[in-house]
Amino acid sequence: MTDPTTTCAVEVTDLTVAYRERPVLWDVDLSVPRGKLLAIMGPNGAGKTTLIKAILGLVPTAAGRVLVHGEPYTANRHLVGYVPQRGSVDWDFPTTVLDVVMMGRYGTLGWLRRPGRRERDQAHVALEKVGMDVFADRQISELSGGQQQRVFLARALVQEAQVYFMDEPFQGVDARTERAIIELLKELRAQDRTVVVVHHDLQTVTEYFDWVTLLNVRRIASGPVEETFTEENLRLAYGGRVEFLQRQAPADPPPTPEDRDHGLGGYGKIRP
Amino acid sequence: MSPAQIEILAIAVCTAVACALVGTFLVLRRLAMVSDAISHSILPGIVVAFFVTRDLSSPWLVVGAAATGVLTVALVEALTRSRRLKEDAAMGLVFPALFSLGVVLITRYAGNVHLDVDAVLLGELAYAPFNRLEIAGTDVGPRGLWLMGGIMLINALAVGLFFKELKLATFDAGLAAALGFAPVAIHYGLMSLVSLTAVGAFDAVGLILVVALMIGPPAAAYLLTDRLTVMLVLSASLGAVAAALGFWLATAVDGSIAGAMAVAVGVVFAVVFLAAPGRGLIAVMRRRRRQRWEFAAVMLAIHLWQHEGEPDEAEESRVEHLHGKHVGWTPEFTRRTVALATRRGLVEPAGERLRLTELGRAAAGRALSGAVVEV
Repeated sequence: MTDPTTTCAVEVTDLTVAYRERPVLWDVDLSVPRGKLLAIMGPNGAGKTTLIKAILGLVPTAAGRVLVHGEPYTANRHLVGYVPQRGSVDWDFPTTVLDVVMMGRYGTLGWLRRPGRRERDQAHVALEKVGMDVFADRQISELSGGQQQRVFLARALVQEAQVYFMDEPFQGVDARTERAIIELLKELRAQDRTVVVVHHDLQTVTEYFDWVTLLNVRRIASGPVEETFTEENLRLAYGGRVEFLQRQAPADPPPTPEDRDHGLGGYGKIRP
Repeated sequence: MSPAQIEILAIAVCTAVACALVGTFLVLRRLAMVSDAISHSILPGIVVAFFVTRDLSSPWLVVGAAATGVLTVALVEALTRSRRLKEDAAMGLVFPALFSLGVVLITRYAGNVHLDVDAVLLGELAYAPFNRLEIAGTDVGPRGLWLMGGIMLINALAVGLFFKELKLATFDAGLAAALGFAPVAIHYGLMSLVSLTAVGAFDAVGLILVVALMIGPPAAAYLLTDRLTVMLVLSASLGAVAAALGFWLATAVDGSIAGAMAVAVGVVFAVVFLAAPGRGLIAVMRRRRRQRWEFAAVMLAIHLWQHEGEPDEAEESRVEHLHGKHVGWTPEFTRRTVALATRRGLVEPAGERLRLTELGRAAAGRALSGAVVEV
């Protein structure tokens, strides 16, 4: 159970993940205080997704220790919620929105026990929260990208976790969904829950998050946004020259989805 | 139908249901080809187990040979993990090698017993009623029926008990692992069931029908429903229908029963592929046609809307103008589009010209704001 003496939601020490002796993560230390919204940032191939997966025990680690609320992950599984990348599942799978959300309850149900009325009700409440309850009986292939992400978020909410790991929840969603998601994340934080997010958009970091980890195979920096999110650290993490373009409000075009995929929200440019 | 025919049909239906239950998850996991690999590579396992048990429908033979199927999956995965070759190539390497090893073993050591290469491919369903199971001296029916009935029950029980786990591990293996549901164990559990089913079915119906029944009915059911439970029931039913249809066909042409059943699976799939409501080829073509004309009607509404209240409105709203040099439609296309737009109440004729209705204005506005408009 939750150890009240520890204030660390997640504590990672000396975590190394190697793929065929090629390190993907080198000796990463990370401690995430409780009740924080934390962004994991870094260039493509920096190991952001791998870090989350290693914490959750989804990829084998070469070395290191992970504690969730002071205990190994396997002991505190029930405290953890996971939102994988939207593209990691087959959205043509024959199932409904409600059914996908109920999957978030499976961990609590354990083996063999079936979801029932209680789980259905919880799923409806979560769908209501993300503004998707009218879609409850829809086939999941009918959803747009933003709607898929909301469904994934609802599925995480029913997990009723203390620590959430989300892999690029803002990837390819519209501005309205992005706002809705960040509101939810802030609500979770208000309930003293911790949210760890793999994030791409440098522009929104200060607005959305209060803690940031910059990663590029090694941990470059980690701490409160105002101390850590500095040009110097960014330069170290992104390995090149990060140039912040002054945002000229009316003339500046909004970021295109392509810019977003490259991680800079259209406002920063990286030159190797 | 004679009792023997009923028994043959009952064995085929049990096999169809057993195959459909596990096949549904193979299709959803994009592992359809695994059924092909497993059903072939169990052959050496069957031969070796046969040397030990001397009985093709012995449960021990089934279990022993099924282990070869699971071994195949493990081998293919190990080869794929080596990153020296891709999964399809790994499969293409492993199963012909094992299958051929089985063929060599049969031709060398078992040529004169009831285990020959022809029977391996298409089974000996017609002879199944002759192989009786006797308990304490009483005939309780054909062995094949007990075997396939038993495997069908095992599959139904496994899918029923672990439905939630199978669904989660199939849809989102990452979440399944994070929640502690051991997707690798679930994967190998499913592979064991596939192997067990393939071994059990091989003697009665042969390899080809096993593959056909594992893939065809689930692939057809996938086109008919959006619910996993319905897909399972439909797969089993379509498999049973194909078995019955194939049996009738075999009787009519006096041909191989299993062969006719495999053909029937293909026919059932083809019918569903063409005629399935919503996702069938015919429904899709119809929908595309309709959308094409509806799009043209909305295009017309937008054209009129753009010029409404402009000085050129009188010219731009004339029907002839639409197949003139500006819009460039053919007279026939214009006629049909105007007819549809009028029928849907988007435009109304006003002498030589067309006038936009309130409905037409709304449709044009919605379409311009990026919505998909159905009229």
